[in-house]
Amino acid sequence: MSDAEHTPAIHDMGGLSRFRCSPVERDEAPPDAFGKRVDALRQILAQKKLMTVDELRRGIESIPEDEYFALTYYERWLTSICTLMLEKGVISAEELQ
Amino acid sequence: MSAPARPESIARLEKLVAALKAKGIVTEQEIADRQASTDRASPEIGARMVARAWLDPEWRALLLRDGAAAAEQMGVSMAGAPPLGVLEDKPGLHHLVVCTLCSCYPRAVLGYPPSWYKSFEYRSRAVREPRAVLAEWGTVLPPDTKIRVVDSTADYRWMVLPMRPAGTEGWSEDRLAALVTRDALVGVALPQVPLAAAAE
Repeated sequence: MSDAEHTPAIHDMGGLSRFRCSPVERDEAPPDAFGKRVDALRQILAQKKLMTVDELRRGIESIPEDEYFALTYYERWLTSICTLMLEKGVISAEELQ
Repeated sequence: MSAPARPESIARLEKLVAALKAKGIVTEQEIADRQASTDRASPEIGARMVARAWLDPEWRALLLRDGAAAAEQMGVSMAGAPPLGVLEDKPGLHHLVVCTLCSCYPRAVLGYPPSWYKSFEYRSRAVREPRAVLAEWGTVLPPDTKIRVVDSTADYRWMVLPMRPAGTEGWSEDRLAALVTRDALVGVALPQVPLAAAAE
């Protein structure tokens, strides 16, 4: 595949030049209560064989670019988990309304 | 990066949890237990693995051969976790770990990844200009030291085995472990001997 044919999805950031001149913000804050809850929920759903890490990734990687940048890290996880639970029919759209 | 979640996201999470609870899939106790066990993992585990490797050649060989088996020997449950690879720094060779795609990290032995590890800047720049990124941590390596940047993935997680600093001869495992920071285990920093200790 030539470079011209290959446009990586936005999550594929290795070497991306748009952040070249931005220092790494040394944010050491641990996840907040929301993040830890999403994180724990993901582990439980994986343990119960309702989703895998690869499915989580696929869900995150299919978030459109604008939304990807607007969401926080654990909001992206939540978006993916909701998508997966809906796709698998574990929950219904009404229950998330 | 660590901006608070929006109220609508918090509400959505609670709707999801309520729906899963109603179906008997999760309980509040399970969530609390899981969070507590996740909170217990910390870089102190990785630091102890490194300190032990500096002291015990046999254990060092195990660590480099099968990081997950080594972690299990330290009492860490690696069940369900991907394999753990350990990257051995040597004179002239330094390792730096990144997850360019997201945030894969050896959480069982290092705890939650810090926000900067998940940042767009770290993920994009670590592979393109690792020396510039390292300099932001005050880590400046000799120009002839090769830097190997390794991408952690969903299927394989990495941590660094840094070189034991000079001036630590005769130190105990506890004392050595205290030198090994999380940043050293990711490769953005090197273990530093405090000036007071070096002067002893």
